Amino acid sequence: MRSQLVSGIFEKPIGFIFTNMRRDIFQAIADPTRRAIIVLIAVQAMTPNAIAEHFDITRQSISKHLRILSECDLLAHKQEGREIFYELKIDKMNEIDNWLAQFREIMKKRFQQLDQVLYTIKNKKK
Amino acid sequence: MNLLFDFTVDKATKTIHITREFAADLDLVWDAFTKAEILDEWTAPKPWRVRTKEMDFREGGRWLYAMITPEKTHWSLAEFIEIKPKSSFSSRNTFSDENGNYIIDGFSLTKNSFKAGTETTTVHIEKQFDQLSTLEMMVAGGYKEGMAAGLSNLDEYLRSMVKI
Repeated sequence: MRSQLVSGIFEKPIGFIFTNMRRDIFQAIADPTRRAIIVLIAVQAMTPNAIAEHFDITRQSISKHLRILSECDLLAHKQEGREIFYELKIDKMNEIDNWLAQFREIMKKRFQQLDQVLYTIKNKKK
Repeated sequence: MNLLFDFTVDKATKTIHITREFAADLDLVWDAFTKAEILDEWTAPKPWRVRTKEMDFREGGRWLYAMITPEKTHWSLAEFIEIKPKSSFSSRNTFSDENGNYIIDGFSLTKNSFKAGTETTTVHIEKQFDQLSTLEMMVAGGYKEGMAAGLSNLDEYLRSMVKI
């Protein structure tokens, strides 16, 4: 529903962002345990048991966190024999940085325009 | 004059912090952020423009404005939460229709704080997004193409400055 609305409003179809996103990436980062898991699996692929060893919480809660990370599309799975290894999709994490970098440029540009406006108003007053 | 521009992000709290210095006194900078006729002058990346439909700057009031591009008009809404004159104000920002009805669930909360210096005024902006998709919309929906145009203008401007 939301994606329909969005693509209706905007010229360019950005609705795919919403339809493919089961969960928000920020939701992944919001939790300290998940942030720690992200750091761990960013370095190397790990099995859920190996990940659990780093935390003082139940295997079930680790599974829950992994499921959320997976729903955020941040996890790549690799089957080796009977074991599943989880790895971080680094490019997904970079998406946030890309949006933020663009937002930074927008704000920078707006304020440069404001500098001009302030300059013009000050000169008029003189 | 070299004006401070600082942009930091706290991803865990989904908050962006921007600190920017302006070469004007507090009264003028406050007006530039709170009066429609000045806001219309600078909030859109050129060649886009902003036109205010309603501005009611008081707690509980709202600013309803159109971002006008050659192809389309996007309506945005800022609802003012708390105002401390010449000191700070906060608002809830989202996209709306031309009557100010919400068209998305997403929003951001913004607090602008103003501090007078000797020759400049420093503005600190704290912007918290409810979700990543709201930030994406503000970038992809509202500004992206206009931004690219604006930035190339800026490049030219900077080049001309360097020559001098």
